[in-house]
Amino acid sequence: MLFQPAIIALLLAAAVAVLMLAAAAPFALSVLREWDIGSGSERQLVLERRTYLFSTLVSFVMAIQLATLLLFVFNADRLAVMFVGAMCAVGTLNVNAWGFPALIVQMLVFFSALVWLAINHVDNLARDYPLVRAKYGLLLLLLPLLMLNFWLQYRYFSGLRANVITSCCGSLFSEEAETLTAEVSSLEPRAALWLFYAGMSVAVASGLLHWRRRGRLDGGWLGIAAAAGFVIALTGVISFISLYIYEHPHHHCPFCILKTEYDYRGYALYLPLFGGAAAGMAAGALQFFAAVPSLRAVLPRVSARLALLSGAGFLMFTLLATWFVVNSKLILIES
Amino acid sequence: MRSWLDRQLHLIDFTLGSLARRKARNFGLLAVYTLLVFALASLSLFASALRSEAAHVLAGSPEVVLQRLVAGRHDLIPPGYLESIGRVRGVQKKEARLWAYYRDPRSGSQLVFMARPDAEVPVGSVMLGTRLAAAAKLNVGDTLAFADYRGQPYPLRVASLLTPDSELQSATLVLLAEADFRAFFAYPAGHYTDIALSVRNPLEVGNVASKLAAALPDSRPILRDEMLRTYEHIFDWREGILLTVLVGVILTFAIFAWEKAAGLSAEEKREIGILKAIGWETSDVIRMKVWEGLVVSLTAFASGFLAAWVHVFHFGAPLFAPVLKGWSVVYPEFALFPAVDGLQVATLFFFTVFPYTAAVLVPIWRAAITDPDLVMR
Repeated sequence: MLFQPAIIALLLAAAVAVLMLAAAAPFALSVLREWDIGSGSERQLVLERRTYLFSTLVSFVMAIQLATLLLFVFNADRLAVMFVGAMCAVGTLNVNAWGFPALIVQMLVFFSALVWLAINHVDNLARDYPLVRAKYGLLLLLLPLLMLNFWLQYRYFSGLRANVITSCCGSLFSEEAETLTAEVSSLEPRAALWLFYAGMSVAVASGLLHWRRRGRLDGGWLGIAAAAGFVIALTGVISFISLYIYEHPHHHCPFCILKTEYDYRGYALYLPLFGGAAAGMAAGALQFFAAVPSLRAVLPRVSARLALLSGAGFLMFTLLATWFVVNSKLILIES
Repeated sequence: MRSWLDRQLHLIDFTLGSLARRKARNFGLLAVYTLLVFALASLSLFASALRSEAAHVLAGSPEVVLQRLVAGRHDLIPPGYLESIGRVRGVQKKEARLWAYYRDPRSGSQLVFMARPDAEVPVGSVMLGTRLAAAAKLNVGDTLAFADYRGQPYPLRVASLLTPDSELQSATLVLLAEADFRAFFAYPAGHYTDIALSVRNPLEVGNVASKLAAALPDSRPILRDEMLRTYEHIFDWREGILLTVLVGVILTFAIFAWEKAAGLSAEEKREIGILKAIGWETSDVIRMKVWEGLVVSLTAFASGFLAAWVHVFHFGAPLFAPVLKGWSVVYPEFALFPAVDGLQVATLFFFTVFPYTAAVLVPIWRAAITDPDLVMR
C-alpha cells in the first residue's frame, strides 16, 4: 500500500522536513546561547551568516508544509475508491486509528508554519535581527511537532490495508451518534445559521479593524477572532452548508464537498478559509513583538497586510458559502 | 505592495539576464531537468490514462459476473444452471452471456466475439469496431469471412459499425447473432459462457455475491467494484515500483543540481561580489538565486510535461507501455483518451521541483555569503 506516488511524496516531504529541522536544531541552540548582536566577535559573525542559510532552509520546509496539507487531503479523497465502504476522504482516514490524528496534526503544522513564516518575514525586514532568538526557540518547539507529524503519517500509510471495511461519512457525521461531530451535525439549522453569520461578521470586522487601526490590542483580538472564526466556519460547514451543497437534509460530511460530483466546491471554500484563518492568527502572533523598538515601523505594516488578507479570506468564504446556500434547491428553513 | 512587486520583477529581469549570459552551462542543466520531468510525467500520465480507461470500460459492465468452475478452471454454464439460481433479492436482471476469444490469423490480433439478440444483429450479419473495420478495409454492406472452428470460411455481412467512445473496449469487438455464434464456434447447444447479473443498489452487491457463492459452491462471482479496485491497485503499484526505481535517477539529478549550483565560476563569484559591493544584501542575493531556481524549474517542468503529453497521447508511450500495460497485451492498438489528474500533477511537481530546490539551497547560501573584498581582490 505504500507504493503510491502521492503517499511516497507525502512521506518524503514529512521526512525531509524533520531532517532539515533536526539539522538546524544545533544551530538554533547555539543562537539561543551565544547570540549577541552587539558583539563583533568572529563567532557572532559566523552565526549571522548561518542564520541566512537556516532561515532559507526552514522557510522552504514551512512552505512545503503548507502545500502538503492540500496534497494530504486530496490524496485521502482520491484513495477512497480502494477501500470497501469508503465514499470520500472520511472512509480513507478511518481505515485505521492514525488517519484523523495525522490530519489534525498536519493542520496544526500548517498553522504553525504560517505563523513562523510571518515572524521570519518581519525579522528579515528589521536591521538588527530582533526576533532571531524567538524564531529559533519556536523552531525547537516545532521540531517535535514535525516528528509527530511524520510518525503519524508513517503509521497511517503503512497501516492502510485494502481488505479493511471502513465506515463512511454517513456514520461519522450522522445526527444520532454520540460524538463531537454528531453534536455539531445536529445543531438546529436556524441557530447554526445565526452562529455562523455572527462568527463570520466578527472575524471579517476584526480583520478590517486591525487593517485600519494597526493597534496592538486589536491585532491580538484578531488572532483570537480568526481562530474562533475558523472553528465556527467548520461548524457551519458541517451543520448546514454541506446540506445545501448536497441538497440532502441529512448528509453532513465536510469532505464529500471536495469531490468532483460537487464541482470541487470544497476547495473553493476551504482555501480562503484556511488562508484567512492562518493570516489572522499570524497577525495575532506578531503582536507579541510589537514593543520591539526596531520593529515599530515595519511590524504594524506587515500585520495590517495580514489582517486585510484575513478579512478578505473570511469574507470570500462567507460569500461563497452564502452563494451555495442561496443557489441550492434544498429548503431547510421554511419562512 | 507595489514596490514589493517591482522589486521582484527587477530581480527576475536581472536573473533572466544572468541566465542568458551563461547559456551553454544553464542549457545543460535545463536539458537534464526537462528529461527527468519528461520521464516521470510520461509515467504518471500513462498510468492515469490507463486507470481512467479501465474505469470507463468497467462503468458499463454488469455489477456481478458469475462464472462456473470445474476443478478450479473456468467452464461453460450448462443448461438449467441459470434457472437453478432462482430469485435472488436485489438482482434486477439475470442474463446468460455468450462470448469468446478468436485469434484472427490475418491481423494476428485477438478478437472478442459476442452474441447479441437477433433483434440487434440479424442472423448472417455482424457489427464491428471502427478500428477493426478500418484495418480490414471494410465498409457497411461488405462481406467478410473468418475461418470457423472447423477451418471453413464463414461469410458474414457487415451490418453496421460500433462507435462507442472507449477505444480499449471496442477496438476488437465483433458482435454477431446467437445462431451464427454457436455455428461458428461449434458451441454446445444450451451452454453459455457466463452469467451477468445487474444489481441496482450498490450496497446490496456484496450480499448478492455471498448468497450466490453459498447457493452455488461451484461458481465464482466477480464483482465490478472489486475489478475496479484491483485495476487501481495494479496500476498504482506498478507506477510506485517504477517510481522507486527512478528514485535513484532523482537522487542523481539532485547531486547533479548541487554540483552545478556549487561550482560557481570565477566570473559568477565576481558578479556576486560586485553586487554586494554596490549595496545588495545577502538576502537579496539569496532571493535572486531562488528566482533563478524557480525560472529553471518552471521552464523544465512545463517543457518536460508537454513533451510527456505528446509522448503518451500522440505516440502511445512507447517507452513505458511494456512495463505498465503488463504482459498480456490483448489489444492491438488503442489511443488513450487524454486525462490529466490534479493529484498526479501535484505529485509530479513535488518529485521534481522539491529535490532540485532542496539540493540547491546550501550552494545558494554559500554563494550569497561571499565577501565582496575576497573575490574582487
